[in-house]
Amino acid sequence: MNPFHYSKPDSVQDAVHLAGPASRFIAGGTNLLDLMKENVTRPEHLIDITGLPLREVSETARGGLMIGALVSNADLAWHPLIEQRYPLLSQAILAGASPQLRNMASTGGNLLQRTRCYYFYDASVPCNKREPGSGCPARDGLNRIHAIFGASAQCVATHPSDMCVALAALEAVVHVQGRGGARSIEFADFHRLPGEAPERDNQLADDELITAIELPAAGFADCSHYLKIRDRASYAFALVSVAAALKVVGPIIREARLVLGGVAHKPWRDKAVESWLTGKAPSRETFTAAADTLLQNAEPLEHNAFKVKLARRAIVRALSDAAQGGQPDE
Amino acid sequence: MSATTPDAAQPSFARLPLGLTLNGQERQLEILPWTTLLDLLREQLDLVGTKKGCDHGQCGACTVLLNGKRVNACLTLAVMCDGADLVTVEGLANGEELHPMQRAFIKHDAFQCGYCTPGQICSAVGLANEGRAQTSEQIREGMSGNLCRCGAYNNIRDAIEEALPACMQGVGQGGGQ
Repeated sequence: MNPFHYSKPDSVQDAVHLAGPASRFIAGGTNLLDLMKENVTRPEHLIDITGLPLREVSETARGGLMIGALVSNADLAWHPLIEQRYPLLSQAILAGASPQLRNMASTGGNLLQRTRCYYFYDASVPCNKREPGSGCPARDGLNRIHAIFGASAQCVATHPSDMCVALAALEAVVHVQGRGGARSIEFADFHRLPGEAPERDNQLADDELITAIELPAAGFADCSHYLKIRDRASYAFALVSVAAALKVVGPIIREARLVLGGVAHKPWRDKAVESWLTGKAPSRETFTAAADTLLQNAEPLEHNAFKVKLARRAIVRALSDAAQGGQPDE
Repeated sequence: MSATTPDAAQPSFARLPLGLTLNGQERQLEILPWTTLLDLLREQLDLVGTKKGCDHGQCGACTVLLNGKRVNACLTLAVMCDGADLVTVEGLANGEELHPMQRAFIKHDAFQCGYCTPGQICSAVGLANEGRAQTSEQIREGMSGNLCRCGAYNNIRDAIEEALPACMQGVGQGGGQ
């Protein structure tokens, strides 16, 4: 770890005024400190934001919830209002990391996790995300865990978060504050695809701090399911994950949300497929057709073509489980 | 010198004050900003019960109880623990009387080489504090952040399953003598 200066501001205002290109905010530190130990990230200044008043979960006038950026992943997953109204989010959080890490990691920090691409993590090899212009060994290398959607010539990394897959499905809004003031960002726009600038994971400016995540009223509590497929039963990143949420009235799907994790540089949502599902009857045939349509556009690499098959089955199962009230049909 | 502690102790980086309650005792310390909680415990305070396994939050050998919650000391900056109540494996017993979780680990032979054991025990006490796990399956899932390379998992689960009810009744907070 490189030496750095440390500050602990008392207010959001002070925090964003301290921030700059060579600084990083730190809350849980579970990813940042690891990246610093590997020399992937070498900030000159850490701004400890754990003293800021961002730990509340409160109800909004619009019937949703406002989640302070410093609420821990464990506290959020087990919050009574999240368990009742947004079980999809609870499930996704509890599918990620370990109990220790969930106790430490913050809501805001979860959004800012960096990819677990082996090449990004190895400071001795090129990586366009770590060192723009140096190359991407993953594209023709060991790319079993990499993207099948939305990758670019420069980067085939995936976003590692489970929580973000659920937040994308729930159409959360990210509230941020910078020196120039506050703004809110639709979840779908928060993370970006790698394109020509894979070093940028999201659209935050250097001085901007996530202050809260807002959930809209619709929680799909009756019909949602988060399915995560990984190399072992617990404590591993997703090869493929699916957040499925349905609103079923009588025999008809009135609204559908379908987001994949582990397959792209950001949670991968296909609104065309969601629209196609709307008005259909929830059946295995419907869900299989939806999965086939979504995966038509997949662009697998040498070692990750299995993700296409895996995603197809996972989509069908997650949608089926969601339609049955979120209980797995084991 | 630890692998994760930089050797560039440059004069511009002043030591920072750190006050915390460690195993029931108030401590006033001075540390460099990049010192992890794990390195502080092992290298400055000689509390070597907390183990360094992977140093990346993957193995759980460094698990300690920070304000009653289990965390990985290797991914915690010591300076961020100012004002905290910290319990390590050395603080679980009440004098000569072992913590119920420690007794259960001995009874069930829940270790082989023992390297992961302090982390396993602190994690199990944290699991009890959370009050969420009841079934054997929930214990297994709830302990997934602690690896045992000897593979003593079945005995570890048995020990926790036995000690959990007593610990969840409030004797599992960590004694701290």
